[in-house]
Amino acid sequence: MLSLAGVCAGYGSLRALFDVSLDVKEREAVGVIGPNGAGKTTLMRVISGLIPLSQGEMTFDGVSLPGLPAHRIVTHGIAHIPENRRLFPRLTVEENLRIGAFIPQARRHFADRLAWVYDFFPRLKERRSQPAGTLSGGEQQMCAIGRALMSRPRLLLMDEPSAGLAPLLVRQVFELVGRIRAEGFTVLIVEQNVQQILDVVDRAYLLEVGSIKLSGTSAQLKHNELIRKAYMGL
Amino acid sequence: MDIFLLEAVINGLLLGGVLALLALGLNLIFGVIDVVWIAYADLVMCGMYAVFWLYSGLGWLLPLAFLAAIAIVAVLGVLVHVLIIAPILGSAPINQLLATGGLLYFLQSFATLVFGTDFRNIGVRLPIIEVGDLFISFARLIAFVVALIGAVALYFFLRRTYIGTAIRAIAQDRDIMGLMGVDQRRIYLVTSAIGGALAGLGACLLALQYDVHPFIGNTFGPLIFMVCVLGGLGNMIGGFVASFIVSQIISIGGYYSSVELSYVMAFTLFIVLMFIRPRGILAP
Repeated sequence: MLSLAGVCAGYGSLRALFDVSLDVKEREAVGVIGPNGAGKTTLMRVISGLIPLSQGEMTFDGVSLPGLPAHRIVTHGIAHIPENRRLFPRLTVEENLRIGAFIPQARRHFADRLAWVYDFFPRLKERRSQPAGTLSGGEQQMCAIGRALMSRPRLLLMDEPSAGLAPLLVRQVFELVGRIRAEGFTVLIVEQNVQQILDVVDRAYLLEVGSIKLSGTSAQLKHNELIRKAYMGL
Repeated sequence: MDIFLLEAVINGLLLGGVLALLALGLNLIFGVIDVVWIAYADLVMCGMYAVFWLYSGLGWLLPLAFLAAIAIVAVLGVLVHVLIIAPILGSAPINQLLATGGLLYFLQSFATLVFGTDFRNIGVRLPIIEVGDLFISFARLIAFVVALIGAVALYFFLRRTYIGTAIRAIAQDRDIMGLMGVDQRRIYLVTSAIGGALAGLGACLLALQYDVHPFIGNTFGPLIFMVCVLGGLGNMIGGFVASFIVSQIISIGGYYSSVELSYVMAFTLFIVLMFIRPRGILAP
Protein backbone atom coordinates (compact mmCIF):
# COMPACT_ATOMS: atom_id res chain seq x y z
CA MET A 1 0.00 0.00 0.00
CA LEU A 2 2.67 2.50 1.09
CA SER A 3 6.20 1.98 -0.04
CA LEU A 4 9.34 4.03 0.47
CA ALA A 5 12.56 3.22 -1.36
CA GLY A 6 15.88 4.89 -0.66
CA VAL A 7 14.33 8.02 0.82
CA CYS A 8 16.67 10.80 1.94
CA ALA A 9 15.41 14.05 3.45
CA GLY A 10 16.43 16.83 5.77
CA TYR A 11 16.11 20.43 6.78
CA GLY A 12 18.33 22.66 4.66
CA SER A 13 21.84 21.28 4.78
CA LEU A 14 21.01 19.10 7.79
CA ARG A 15 20.21 15.59 6.65
CA ALA A 16 17.80 13.70 8.89
CA LEU A 17 16.95 10.59 6.87
CA PHE A 18 19.40 8.40 4.93
CA ASP A 19 18.27 5.81 2.41
CA VAL A 20 15.12 4.76 4.24
CA SER A 21 13.14 1.93 2.68
CA LEU A 22 9.96 0.73 4.25
CA ASP A 23 6.61 -0.66 3.26
CA VAL A 24 3.19 -1.03 4.76
CA LYS A 25 0.64 -3.47 3.41
CA GLU A 26 -3.12 -3.06 3.44
CA ARG A 27 -4.68 -3.63 6.89
CA GLU A 28 -1.30 -3.92 8.54
CA ALA A 29 -0.15 -2.06 11.62
CA VAL A 30 3.51 -1.16 11.37
CA GLY A 31 5.64 0.54 13.97
CA VAL A 32 8.75 2.69 13.65
CA ILE A 33 10.70 2.68 16.89
CA GLY A 34 13.87 4.43 17.87
CA PRO A 35 15.35 7.00 20.21
CA ASN A 36 14.71 10.70 20.30
CA GLY A 37 16.20 12.50 17.33
CA ALA A 38 16.41 9.39 15.18
CA GLY A 39 14.29 11.03 12.49
CA LYS A 40 10.95 9.37 13.27
CA THR A 41 8.94 12.59 13.10
CA THR A 42 10.81 13.66 9.97
CA LEU A 43 9.85 10.35 8.38
CA MET A 44 6.17 11.00 9.12
CA ARG A 45 6.40 14.56 7.82
CA VAL A 46 8.06 13.39 4.62
CA ILE A 47 5.28 10.86 3.98
CA SER A 48 2.52 13.41 4.51
CA GLY A 49 4.29 16.00 2.36
CA LEU A 50 5.19 18.59 5.00
CA ILE A 51 8.90 18.12 4.21
CA PRO A 52 10.16 17.43 0.68
CA LEU A 53 12.39 14.44 0.17
CA SER A 54 15.71 14.99 -1.55
CA GLN A 55 16.14 11.51 -2.99
CA GLY A 56 14.24 8.27 -3.31
CA GLU A 57 10.79 7.11 -4.31
CA MET A 58 7.57 6.99 -2.36
CA THR A 59 4.30 5.53 -3.62
CA PHE A 60 0.87 5.05 -2.12
CA ASP A 61 -1.45 2.65 -3.95
CA GLY A 62 0.58 3.20 -7.09
CA VAL A 63 0.45 7.02 -6.82
CA SER A 64 3.85 8.66 -6.69
CA LEU A 65 3.83 11.02 -3.70
CA PRO A 66 7.01 13.14 -4.00
CA GLY A 67 6.20 16.58 -5.32
CA LEU A 68 2.61 16.53 -4.11
CA PRO A 69 1.85 19.20 -1.49
CA ALA A 70 0.52 18.03 1.88
CA HIS A 71 -3.03 19.15 1.18
CA ARG A 72 -3.13 16.97 -1.96
CA ILE A 73 -1.70 13.92 -0.21
CA VAL A 74 -4.62 13.94 2.25
CA THR A 75 -7.03 13.56 -0.65
CA HIS A 76 -5.30 10.30 -1.61
CA GLY A 77 -6.26 8.77 1.74
CA ILE A 78 -3.36 9.40 4.10
CA ALA A 79 -4.16 11.13 7.39
CA HIS A 80 -1.37 12.25 9.70
CA ILE A 81 -1.93 12.74 13.42
CA PRO A 82 0.93 15.05 14.36
CA GLU A 83 3.09 14.79 17.45
CA ASN A 84 1.52 16.45 20.50
CA ARG A 85 -1.89 16.22 18.84
CA ARG A 86 -1.87 19.85 17.62
CA LEU A 87 -5.61 20.44 18.03
CA PHE A 88 -6.91 23.93 17.35
CA PRO A 89 -7.29 24.92 21.00
CA ARG A 90 -9.84 27.71 20.59
CA LEU A 91 -12.07 25.82 18.18
CA THR A 92 -14.67 23.51 19.67
CA VAL A 93 -14.30 19.74 19.45
CA GLU A 94 -16.88 19.63 16.67
CA GLU A 95 -15.14 22.43 14.75
CA ASN A 96 -11.88 20.52 14.98
CA LEU A 97 -13.67 17.51 13.53
CA ARG A 98 -15.14 19.69 10.78
CA ILE A 99 -11.67 20.88 9.78
CA GLY A 100 -10.71 17.21 9.56
CA ALA A 101 -13.41 16.81 6.91
CA PHE A 102 -12.23 19.80 4.87
CA ILE A 103 -11.41 17.89 1.67
CA PRO A 104 -14.36 17.73 -0.78
CA GLN A 105 -14.81 13.96 -0.74
CA ALA A 106 -15.03 14.03 3.07
CA ARG A 107 -17.43 17.00 3.20
CA ARG A 108 -20.04 15.04 1.30
CA HIS A 109 -20.09 12.43 4.06
CA PHE A 110 -19.64 14.81 6.97
CA ALA A 111 -22.82 13.89 8.89
CA ASP A 112 -22.25 10.10 8.59
CA ARG A 113 -18.63 10.46 9.47
CA LEU A 114 -19.32 12.67 12.48
CA ALA A 115 -21.91 10.19 13.78
CA TRP A 116 -19.36 7.40 13.32
CA VAL A 117 -16.63 9.27 15.22
CA TYR A 118 -19.04 10.14 18.04
CA ASP A 119 -20.07 6.52 18.18
CA PHE A 120 -16.43 5.47 18.36
CA PHE A 121 -15.59 8.14 20.97
CA PRO A 122 -18.77 8.86 22.99
CA ARG A 123 -16.70 11.16 25.19
CA LEU A 124 -16.14 13.51 22.25
CA LYS A 125 -19.88 13.78 21.74
CA GLU A 126 -20.31 14.87 25.36
CA ARG A 127 -17.63 17.51 24.87
CA ARG A 128 -18.51 18.57 21.35
CA SER A 129 -19.17 22.26 22.02
CA GLN A 130 -16.22 22.70 24.35
CA PRO A 131 -13.01 24.38 23.12
CA ALA A 132 -10.51 21.62 22.34
CA GLY A 133 -7.93 23.34 24.53
CA THR A 134 -10.01 22.53 27.62
CA LEU A 135 -9.98 18.75 27.05
CA SER A 136 -7.88 16.40 29.15
CA GLY A 137 -4.82 14.79 27.55
CA GLY A 138 -6.61 11.54 26.77
CA GLU A 139 -9.62 13.33 25.33
CA GLN A 140 -7.33 15.47 23.19
CA GLN A 141 -5.78 12.34 21.75
CA MET A 142 -9.26 11.00 20.95
CA CYS A 143 -10.11 14.31 19.28
CA ALA A 144 -6.89 14.24 17.26
CA ILE A 145 -7.60 10.69 16.10
CA GLY A 146 -11.23 11.59 15.39
CA ARG A 147 -10.15 14.61 13.38
CA ALA A 148 -7.85 12.45 11.26
CA LEU A 149 -10.56 9.82 10.72
CA MET A 150 -12.98 12.51 9.47
CA SER A 151 -11.11 12.64 6.16
CA ARG A 152 -11.99 8.95 5.53
CA PRO A 153 -8.33 7.90 5.25
CA ARG A 154 -7.13 4.42 4.42
CA LEU A 155 -3.73 4.90 6.01
CA LEU A 156 -3.34 6.57 9.38
CA LEU A 157 0.04 7.99 10.38
CA MET A 158 0.37 8.34 14.15
CA ASP A 159 3.31 10.30 15.50
CA GLU A 160 4.06 9.46 19.15
CA PRO A 161 0.45 9.08 20.27
CA SER A 162 1.60 8.41 23.84
CA ALA A 163 3.76 11.55 24.11
CA GLY A 164 2.96 13.67 27.13
CA LEU A 165 0.29 11.35 28.51
CA ALA A 166 0.14 9.83 32.00
CA PRO A 167 1.04 6.09 32.15
CA LEU A 168 -2.56 5.00 32.61
CA LEU A 169 -3.61 7.03 29.56
CA VAL A 170 -0.73 5.62 27.54
CA ARG A 171 -2.28 2.18 27.94
CA GLN A 172 -5.67 3.54 26.86
CA VAL A 173 -4.13 5.09 23.77
CA PHE A 174 -2.58 1.79 22.74
CA GLU A 175 -5.92 0.08 23.26
CA LEU A 176 -7.36 2.70 20.93
CA VAL A 177 -4.82 1.78 18.29
CA GLY A 178 -6.08 -1.80 18.56
CA ARG A 179 -9.68 -0.66 18.12
CA ILE A 180 -8.77 1.44 15.09
CA ARG A 181 -7.08 -1.55 13.49
CA ALA A 182 -10.17 -3.64 14.14
CA GLU A 183 -12.13 -1.10 12.07
CA GLY A 184 -9.98 -1.98 9.08
CA PHE A 185 -7.62 1.00 8.98
CA THR A 186 -4.00 0.57 8.05
CA VAL A 187 -1.72 2.19 10.62
CA LEU A 188 1.87 3.40 10.58
CA ILE A 189 2.84 4.42 14.06
CA VAL A 190 5.98 6.04 15.43
CA GLU A 191 6.80 5.47 19.10
CA GLN A 192 9.47 5.63 21.73
CA ASN A 193 7.41 3.40 23.96
CA VAL A 194 8.91 0.24 22.48
CA GLN A 195 7.54 -2.43 24.79
CA GLN A 196 3.92 -1.37 24.44
CA ILE A 197 3.97 -0.58 20.75
CA LEU A 198 5.33 -4.03 19.91
CA ASP A 199 2.21 -5.49 21.53
CA VAL A 200 0.02 -3.55 19.12
CA VAL A 201 1.74 -3.71 15.71
CA ASP A 202 2.43 -6.65 13.38
CA ARG A 203 5.85 -5.50 12.28
CA ALA A 204 8.28 -2.76 13.17
CA TYR A 205 11.36 -0.96 11.94
CA LEU A 206 14.13 0.35 14.15
CA LEU A 207 15.28 3.82 13.09
CA GLU A 208 18.57 5.13 14.47
CA VAL A 209 20.33 8.34 13.38
CA GLY A 210 18.24 8.52 10.25
CA SER A 211 18.63 4.97 8.92
CA ILE A 212 16.74 1.72 9.33
CA LYS A 213 18.90 -0.55 11.49
CA LEU A 214 16.59 -3.48 11.95
CA SER A 215 13.21 -4.72 10.90
CA GLY A 216 11.04 -7.69 11.62
CA THR A 217 7.81 -8.95 13.08
CA SER A 218 6.89 -7.82 16.58
CA ALA A 219 7.70 -11.25 17.96
CA GLN A 220 11.15 -11.23 16.36
CA LEU A 221 11.95 -7.76 17.62
CA LYS A 222 10.71 -8.51 21.12
CA HIS A 223 13.30 -11.27 21.33
CA ASN A 224 16.08 -9.34 19.65
CA GLU A 225 19.02 -8.90 21.98
CA LEU A 226 19.81 -5.31 20.89
CA ILE A 227 16.24 -4.12 21.28
CA ARG A 228 15.78 -5.84 24.62
CA LYS A 229 18.93 -4.21 26.00
CA ALA A 230 18.73 -0.76 24.48
CA TYR A 231 15.00 -0.10 24.36
CA MET A 232 13.23 -2.35 26.82
CA GLY A 233 15.74 -2.21 29.65
CA LEU A 234 15.78 -5.99 29.97
CA MET B 1 -30.56 63.50 30.28
CA ASP B 2 -29.39 66.39 28.16
CA ILE B 3 -30.90 65.98 24.70
CA PHE B 4 -27.71 67.10 22.95
CA LEU B 5 -25.65 64.66 24.97
CA LEU B 6 -28.05 61.91 23.95
CA GLU B 7 -27.63 62.96 20.36
CA ALA B 8 -23.85 62.80 20.78
CA VAL B 9 -24.11 59.30 22.24
CA ILE B 10 -26.29 58.11 19.36
CA ASN B 11 -23.95 59.70 16.82
CA GLY B 12 -21.02 57.99 18.51
CA LEU B 13 -22.81 54.67 18.27
CA LEU B 14 -23.58 55.20 14.59
CA LEU B 15 -20.00 56.25 13.84
CA GLY B 16 -18.72 53.17 15.67
CA GLY B 17 -20.47 50.81 13.25
CA VAL B 18 -18.35 51.62 10.21
CA LEU B 19 -15.22 51.81 12.33
CA ALA B 20 -16.01 48.34 13.69
CA LEU B 21 -16.52 46.98 10.18
CA LEU B 22 -13.12 48.26 9.00
CA ALA B 23 -11.43 47.05 12.19
CA LEU B 24 -12.88 43.58 11.51
CA GLY B 25 -11.32 43.56 8.05
CA LEU B 26 -7.90 44.64 9.25
CA ASN B 27 -7.98 42.22 12.20
CA LEU B 28 -9.06 39.35 9.97
CA ILE B 29 -6.08 39.88 7.68
CA PHE B 30 -3.68 40.29 10.56
CA GLY B 31 -5.04 37.24 12.40
CA VAL B 32 -4.89 34.95 9.37
CA ILE B 33 -1.96 36.15 7.27
CA ASP B 34 -0.01 37.79 10.10
CA VAL B 35 0.46 40.96 8.08
CA VAL B 36 -0.72 44.51 8.79
CA TRP B 37 -2.06 46.24 5.72
CA ILE B 38 -0.90 49.78 6.45
CA ALA B 39 -2.72 50.94 3.31
CA TYR B 40 -6.09 49.52 4.43
CA ALA B 41 -7.76 52.94 4.74
CA ASP B 42 -6.47 53.78 1.27
CA LEU B 43 -8.25 50.75 -0.14
CA VAL B 44 -11.37 52.33 1.35
CA MET B 45 -10.44 55.55 -0.47
CA CYS B 46 -10.21 53.57 -3.75
CA GLY B 47 -13.65 52.14 -3.05
CA MET B 48 -15.09 55.60 -2.47
CA TYR B 49 -13.65 56.75 -5.80
CA ALA B 50 -15.10 53.65 -7.44
CA VAL B 51 -18.56 54.60 -6.13
CA PHE B 52 -18.06 58.20 -7.24
CA TRP B 53 -16.84 57.22 -10.70
CA LEU B 54 -19.55 54.61 -11.35
CA TYR B 55 -22.45 56.60 -9.90
CA SER B 56 -21.61 60.23 -10.65
CA GLY B 57 -19.38 59.61 -13.65
CA LEU B 58 -20.98 56.72 -15.53
CA GLY B 59 -24.47 57.19 -14.16
CA TRP B 60 -24.96 53.68 -12.76
CA LEU B 61 -27.74 53.00 -10.31
CA LEU B 62 -26.45 53.57 -6.78
CA PRO B 63 -26.98 49.98 -5.52
CA LEU B 64 -25.18 48.63 -8.61
CA ALA B 65 -22.34 51.10 -8.10
CA PHE B 66 -22.09 49.94 -4.48
CA LEU B 67 -21.96 46.25 -5.40
CA ALA B 68 -19.39 46.92 -8.11
CA ALA B 69 -17.27 49.00 -5.72
CA ILE B 70 -17.28 46.16 -3.18
CA ALA B 71 -16.22 43.72 -5.90
CA ILE B 72 -13.50 46.09 -7.16
CA VAL B 73 -11.97 46.52 -3.71
CA ALA B 74 -12.21 42.77 -3.08
CA VAL B 75 -10.16 42.25 -6.25
CA LEU B 76 -7.76 44.97 -5.09
CA GLY B 77 -7.37 43.04 -1.82
CA VAL B 78 -6.45 39.89 -3.74
CA LEU B 79 -3.97 41.88 -5.85
CA VAL B 80 -2.38 43.36 -2.73
CA HIS B 81 -1.83 39.84 -1.46
CA VAL B 82 -0.63 38.29 -4.72
CA LEU B 83 1.59 41.15 -5.88
CA ILE B 84 2.91 42.56 -2.60
CA ILE B 85 2.46 40.23 0.35
CA ALA B 86 2.89 36.73 -1.10
CA PRO B 87 6.41 37.32 -2.52
CA ILE B 88 7.68 38.55 0.87
CA LEU B 89 5.56 36.38 3.17
CA GLY B 90 8.60 34.64 4.58
CA SER B 91 10.68 37.75 5.16
CA ALA B 92 10.88 39.94 8.26
CA PRO B 93 7.61 41.61 9.36
CA ILE B 94 9.20 45.05 8.95
CA ASN B 95 9.50 44.42 5.19
CA GLN B 96 5.80 43.69 4.96
CA LEU B 97 5.01 46.87 6.88
CA LEU B 98 7.27 48.89 4.59
CA ALA B 99 5.80 47.32 1.47
CA THR B 100 2.18 48.05 2.41
CA GLY B 101 3.32 51.46 3.65
CA GLY B 102 4.74 52.07 0.18
CA LEU B 103 1.40 50.99 -1.26
CA LEU B 104 -0.25 53.75 0.80
CA TYR B 105 1.81 56.43 -0.95
CA PHE B 106 1.33 54.72 -4.29
CA LEU B 107 -2.46 54.67 -3.97
CA GLN B 108 -2.63 58.28 -2.73
CA SER B 109 -0.43 59.51 -5.56
CA PHE B 110 -2.28 57.42 -8.11
CA ALA B 111 -5.64 58.83 -6.98
CA THR B 112 -4.21 62.35 -7.14
CA LEU B 113 -3.02 61.71 -10.68
CA VAL B 114 -6.35 60.33 -11.86
CA PHE B 115 -8.88 62.39 -9.92
CA GLY B 116 -6.89 65.43 -8.77
CA THR B 117 -7.00 66.73 -5.22
CA ASP B 118 -10.55 68.11 -5.44
CA PHE B 119 -13.09 66.97 -2.87
CA ARG B 120 -15.71 64.92 -4.66
CA ASN B 121 -19.15 64.06 -3.45
CA ILE B 122 -21.63 61.64 -4.92
CA GLY B 123 -24.32 64.20 -4.10
CA VAL B 124 -26.85 61.85 -2.57
CA ARG B 125 -28.76 63.82 0.04
CA LEU B 126 -30.41 61.62 2.59
CA PRO B 127 -32.91 63.11 5.01
CA ILE B 128 -32.41 63.91 8.67
CA ILE B 129 -34.78 61.93 10.84
CA GLU B 130 -36.53 63.66 13.71
CA VAL B 131 -37.41 61.49 16.68
CA GLY B 132 -38.99 63.76 19.25
CA ASP B 133 -36.40 66.48 19.71
CA LEU B 134 -33.57 64.30 18.38
CA PHE B 135 -32.06 64.75 14.96
CA ILE B 136 -30.43 61.67 13.47
CA SER B 137 -28.67 61.47 10.12
CA PHE B 138 -30.32 58.83 7.97
CA ALA B 139 -27.03 58.20 6.14
CA ARG B 140 -25.34 57.39 9.44
CA LEU B 141 -28.20 55.18 10.52
CA ILE B 142 -27.99 53.20 7.27
CA ALA B 143 -24.21 52.98 7.63
CA PHE B 144 -24.58 51.64 11.16
CA VAL B 145 -27.22 49.05 10.28
CA VAL B 146 -25.41 47.83 7.15
CA ALA B 147 -22.08 47.66 9.00
CA LEU B 148 -23.71 45.52 11.68
CA ILE B 149 -25.28 43.27 9.05
CA GLY B 150 -21.84 42.93 7.45
CA ALA B 151 -20.28 42.02 10.79
CA VAL B 152 -23.00 39.44 11.53
CA ALA B 153 -22.63 37.95 8.04
CA LEU B 154 -18.89 37.65 8.58
CA TYR B 155 -19.53 36.01 11.96
CA PHE B 156 -21.76 33.35 10.43
CA PHE B 157 -19.35 32.81 7.56
CA LEU B 158 -16.50 32.19 10.00
CA ARG B 159 -18.65 29.96 12.23
CA ARG B 160 -20.67 27.90 9.81
CA THR B 161 -18.63 27.25 6.67
CA TYR B 162 -15.65 24.99 6.07
CA ILE B 163 -13.54 27.84 4.70
CA GLY B 164 -14.56 30.08 7.60
CA THR B 165 -13.59 27.41 10.12
CA ALA B 166 -10.27 26.93 8.32
CA ILE B 167 -9.69 30.71 8.44
CA ARG B 168 -10.10 30.62 12.23
CA ALA B 169 -8.00 27.49 12.55
CA ILE B 170 -5.09 28.82 10.51
CA ALA B 171 -4.60 31.66 12.97
CA GLN B 172 -4.13 29.03 15.72
CA ASP B 173 -1.78 26.55 14.06
CA ARG B 174 -0.42 27.46 10.64
CA ASP B 175 1.97 24.55 10.09
CA ILE B 176 -0.46 21.65 10.19
CA MET B 177 -3.17 23.09 7.92
CA GLY B 178 -1.80 21.02 5.02
CA LEU B 179 -2.48 17.84 7.00
CA MET B 180 -6.14 18.86 7.14
CA GLY B 181 -6.21 19.10 3.35
CA VAL B 182 -6.27 22.89 3.50
CA ASP B 183 -4.26 24.83 0.94
CA GLN B 184 -2.84 27.76 2.88
CA ARG B 185 -2.42 29.92 -0.20
CA ARG B 186 -6.09 29.56 -1.05
CA ILE B 187 -7.13 30.56 2.48
CA TYR B 188 -4.90 33.63 2.21
CA LEU B 189 -6.53 34.62 -1.08
CA VAL B 190 -10.03 34.19 0.32
CA THR B 191 -9.09 36.18 3.42
CA SER B 192 -7.59 38.98 1.34
CA ALA B 193 -10.73 39.10 -0.80
CA ILE B 194 -12.95 39.30 2.29
CA GLY B 195 -10.72 41.97 3.83
CA GLY B 196 -10.97 43.91 0.57
CA ALA B 197 -14.74 43.43 0.37
CA LEU B 198 -15.16 44.78 3.91
CA ALA B 199 -13.08 47.85 2.94
CA GLY B 200 -15.31 48.19 -0.14
CA LEU B 201 -18.47 47.99 1.97
CA GLY B 202 -17.02 50.57 4.35
CA ALA B 203 -16.27 52.76 1.34
CA CYS B 204 -19.91 52.68 0.20
CA LEU B 205 -21.14 53.64 3.66
CA LEU B 206 -18.61 56.46 4.00
CA ALA B 207 -19.33 57.76 0.48
CA LEU B 208 -22.88 58.51 1.66
CA GLN B 209 -21.57 60.80 4.39
CA TYR B 210 -18.24 62.24 3.33
CA ASP B 211 -16.47 63.81 0.38
CA VAL B 212 -13.75 61.69 -1.18
CA HIS B 213 -10.26 63.00 -1.87
CA PRO B 214 -6.93 61.20 -2.30
CA PHE B 215 -5.92 61.67 1.34
CA ILE B 216 -9.15 60.73 3.07
CA GLY B 217 -7.47 57.54 4.25
CA ASN B 218 -5.25 59.66 6.48
CA THR B 219 -8.25 60.95 8.41
CA PHE B 220 -9.61 57.62 9.58
CA GLY B 221 -6.73 55.20 8.89
CA PRO B 222 -5.01 56.03 12.21
CA LEU B 223 -8.35 55.56 13.98
CA ILE B 224 -8.77 52.06 12.55
CA PHE B 225 -5.27 51.10 13.67
CA MET B 226 -5.82 52.56 17.11
CA VAL B 227 -9.05 50.59 17.46
CA CYS B 228 -7.35 47.35 16.34
CA VAL B 229 -4.43 47.75 18.71
CA LEU B 230 -6.72 48.81 21.54
CA GLY B 231 -8.77 45.66 21.05
CA GLY B 232 -5.64 43.53 20.64
CA LEU B 233 -4.35 43.05 17.08
CA GLY B 234 -6.06 40.06 15.51
CA ASN B 235 -8.74 39.97 18.21
CA MET B 236 -11.92 40.59 16.24
CA ILE B 237 -14.24 40.92 19.23
CA GLY B 238 -11.77 43.22 20.98
CA GLY B 239 -11.59 45.44 17.91
CA PHE B 240 -15.36 45.48 17.67
CA VAL B 241 -15.75 46.63 21.29
CA ALA B 242 -12.88 49.14 21.01
CA SER B 243 -14.55 50.74 17.95
CA PHE B 244 -17.53 51.76 20.02
CA ILE B 245 -15.41 52.97 22.94
CA VAL B 246 -13.31 55.17 20.66
CA SER B 247 -16.29 56.49 18.71
CA GLN B 248 -18.08 57.41 21.96
CA ILE B 249 -15.05 59.27 23.26
CA ILE B 250 -14.80 61.24 20.04
CA SER B 251 -18.50 61.97 19.91
CA ILE B 252 -19.08 62.81 23.59
CA GLY B 253 -15.72 64.57 23.86
CA GLY B 254 -16.67 66.62 20.81
CA TYR B 255 -19.90 67.59 22.51
CA TYR B 256 -18.20 68.81 25.70
CA SER B 257 -15.25 70.49 24.03
CA SER B 258 -14.33 70.42 20.35
CA VAL B 259 -13.83 67.72 17.74
CA GLU B 260 -10.06 68.37 17.66
CA LEU B 261 -9.77 68.02 21.41
CA SER B 262 -11.86 64.85 21.36
CA TYR B 263 -9.27 63.19 19.11
CA VAL B 264 -6.60 64.30 21.58
CA MET B 265 -8.63 62.62 24.35
CA ALA B 266 -9.08 59.41 22.35
CA PHE B 267 -5.37 59.13 21.56
CA THR B 268 -4.42 60.02 25.13
CA LEU B 269 -6.64 57.25 26.42
CA PHE B 270 -5.04 54.98 23.84
CA ILE B 271 -1.53 55.75 25.11
CA VAL B 272 -2.59 55.25 28.73
CA LEU B 273 -4.34 51.96 27.96
CA MET B 274 -1.28 50.74 26.09
CA PHE B 275 0.63 51.00 29.36
CA ILE B 276 -2.09 49.33 31.42
CA ARG B 277 -3.23 46.70 28.91
CA PRO B 278 -0.53 46.45 26.25
CA ARG B 279 -2.09 43.37 24.64
CA GLY B 280 -5.52 44.89 24.21
CA ILE B 281 -8.50 45.69 26.39
CA LEU B 282 -9.96 42.20 26.05
CA ALA B 283 -6.67 40.30 26.40
CA PRO B 284 -6.90 37.55 29.01
